[in-house]
Amino acid sequence: MEVGQLQRSFVEYMASLFREGFLDAQFSQLQQLQDDSNPDFVVEVVSLFFEDSERLLNDLTMALDQPNVDFKQVDAHVHQLKGSSSSVGAQRVKNCCVPFRNCCEEQNTETCLRCLQQIKQEYLLVKNKLQTLFELEQQIVAAGGAIPMVQ
Amino acid sequence: MDFYSSSSTISSHEEPHVLAVDDNLIDRKLVEKLLKKSSCKVTTAENGLRALEYLGLGADQEHSTNNNGSKVNMIITDYCMPGMSGYELLKKIKESSILKDVPVVIVSSENIPTRIDQCMEEGAQMFMLKPLKHSDVKRLRCQLMQYQ
Repeated sequence: MEVGQLQRSFVEYMASLFREGFLDAQFSQLQQLQDDSNPDFVVEVVSLFFEDSERLLNDLTMALDQPNVDFKQVDAHVHQLKGSSSSVGAQRVKNCCVPFRNCCEEQNTETCLRCLQQIKQEYLLVKNKLQTLFELEQQIVAAGGAIPMVQ
Repeated sequence: MDFYSSSSTISSHEEPHVLAVDDNLIDRKLVEKLLKKSSCKVTTAENGLRALEYLGLGADQEHSTNNNGSKVNMIITDYCMPGMSGYELLKKIKESSILKDVPVVIVSSENIPTRIDQCMEEGAQMFMLKPLKHSDVKRLRCQLMQYQ
């Protein structure tokens, strides 16, 4: 595919991620922080987010699998996940955290498990989307083009 | 002793040194980048105890020659941290004769008025909402220039 086409795909794809609420303005903030002194900043932060989230989702699964669930611990994990997702602009993941914390307060294992299921789905979705976005970037660079600035 | 105040004055070509405290790795990376982009020198700490150790206020440091505290122009700390909270860290700093005049900014993802009041009453310079934006840090940077 020629560079122009790749760049157009990239712009459209990025726009769709914002439009569909996968990403919010905080992601744009990350992009604006990237510069020549740190050209991989966004990828680095997002990679940290992936690692952090997967660890937290594992911890949540284990915590909710206990015979006596420690809801304070569950809530602490969700709080972390809310913070991380908020900081990278992963809006839909962040939005799942609020009802989750309410379920923790109510100490309801069943509803917590449902929240966990939802968050896992949203996380996998946004991970997939971001990986596709980064792949597109790599293709543009490989074809000798510059990555378009969006917004 | 005036040795702290003389080193806290920032001339236009000096970079202010900010200590950023947050238990979240992503937030640490973000705040570091934001501050560096605003021409600040940055040290990060992952919790209150590490921050106090860096500043020379740790439990075993009564007779140490650690003078990092005198080089720090501002401390930014998250409110919600396991162990020592940002509020508790703020109190410790304000109790220190060497560090009580260092501006401390509290950041939090939650907008809770009683929490904000509590921090401001304890002497916080500012309370800001996470995630921090470039405009927030620019504002802080301006404040630092005017401070003293």
